[in-house]
Amino acid sequence: MQYEAIVIGVSSGGMNVLKIISSSLPLHFNIPIIIVQHLSAHSDSHWIKLLNEKSHLNVTEADEKEKIKKGNIYIAPPNYHLLIEKDKTFSLTIDERVNFARPSIDVLFESAAEAYTNKLIGIVLTGSNSDGSKGIKRIKDCGGLVIIQDPETAESEYMPKSAIATIVPDYILPLEDIIELLIQLDQQER
Amino acid sequence: MRYKDTSDLEISLLLEAIFRKYGYDFREYSQAHIRRRIMNRMAVSGFEDVSQMQSKVLNDETFASELLQDLSITVTEMFRDPIFYKSLRENVIPILKTYPFIKIWHAGCATGEEAYSMAILLQEEGLYDRTTIYATDFNQMALNRAKDGIFSNKMIKEYTSNYQMAGGKESFSSYYTSNYDNVIMNQSLKKNIVWANHNLVTDSVFAEVNLILCRNVLIYFDKNLQNKVQTLFYNSLINGGVLCLGSKESLRFSDLYEQYSELDTKQRIFKKKY
Repeated sequence: MQYEAIVIGVSSGGMNVLKIISSSLPLHFNIPIIIVQHLSAHSDSHWIKLLNEKSHLNVTEADEKEKIKKGNIYIAPPNYHLLIEKDKTFSLTIDERVNFARPSIDVLFESAAEAYTNKLIGIVLTGSNSDGSKGIKRIKDCGGLVIIQDPETAESEYMPKSAIATIVPDYILPLEDIIELLIQLDQQER
Repeated sequence: MRYKDTSDLEISLLLEAIFRKYGYDFREYSQAHIRRRIMNRMAVSGFEDVSQMQSKVLNDETFASELLQDLSITVTEMFRDPIFYKSLRENVIPILKTYPFIKIWHAGCATGEEAYSMAILLQEEGLYDRTTIYATDFNQMALNRAKDGIFSNKMIKEYTSNYQMAGGKESFSSYYTSNYDNVIMNQSLKKNIVWANHNLVTDSVFAEVNLILCRNVLIYFDKNLQNKVQTLFYNSLINGGVLCLGSKESLRFSDLYEQYSELDTKQRIFKKKY
């Protein structure tokens, strides 16, 4: 199985887990990662710079029409939905909020599932709303691999629990084990 | 549910049908967005596939107009991105002050919030009386609402905060009157706004203007269509005229990038070279 992209949805408690993920992945981690973190509409991109300084990979805000490439961790800009086109480029929209959120995890996940089908890994992490549950189901239905953060280990258990109530995930793991698993899956690619 | 493998083809045929029957052209829009809107409408209306829905679109004008509303995004705010309006005040107003008459084009104005924001800004800068604002959209329903200038009370708190962050000089409440759940924008703001139906994809240049604002419209278009619309803007601007795009929209990939200088790179404000 060759995975071509990882999508991650995270809400409250996300800053900490994103810091851990971006600083733990090794230099030659190949699979591009695309993240929706719920943020206020007016937040700036300073925190992305901080993540980037501590990461072996290139952490950057996803840009409109940008081609998705390996070695990058892309983060959805505040106040826009982030979608993935079938030619593996990004689209941004200002459509109405979904699950009270813009960017919405469901919007990213559903478009990613269509673009990558069974070559996609979908991950739901800590958060206190149900965004991501519909999207993770679409990823599963399209044959992708689904990983949920063990709610007992999540700072906010609601979002992982909501995802688990929607589908049977392939893995339910604490954060450290998720990172370990991603590194293994990435190495199998070569 | 996983969509059928033929759904891309069916969507493309539906867009062709909409264009040929109704004249609205979505064929060069970003596909992931169009797919999302169409699939949502299909699910809500209980169709099994896009082809089934296409027959309804072709034969039922009411349904077709609902779908057109789905495909036309009217999400907007007063003083959306306040820092942009601040920059407009600081960097563009001084340029406008040098002209005896000013023409401004809000392309894709939706329900008009940004056109009213502009009218407020110009009034505060003493320029409104010599300005005409052309506010255009292809969505007639949205234009009608813009013309009415009636907005929900619920948004006023956010708009007031946007207005203040944008460097507003008065009390925001002096620009509207409250009426039950709504506010009505002052008549004095409306007097120099011309609301007009114009489709960026299929219509052409209609005026020579000093300033064009087209924010968060081009993100919905593919690269080819973006370039076409950029050419339309270029041909509508006077030399030295100013073009404002959305905070995530760039001229960098456009063929016309070299023809502009950057007034504010971060707020995406560009000046057409002489």
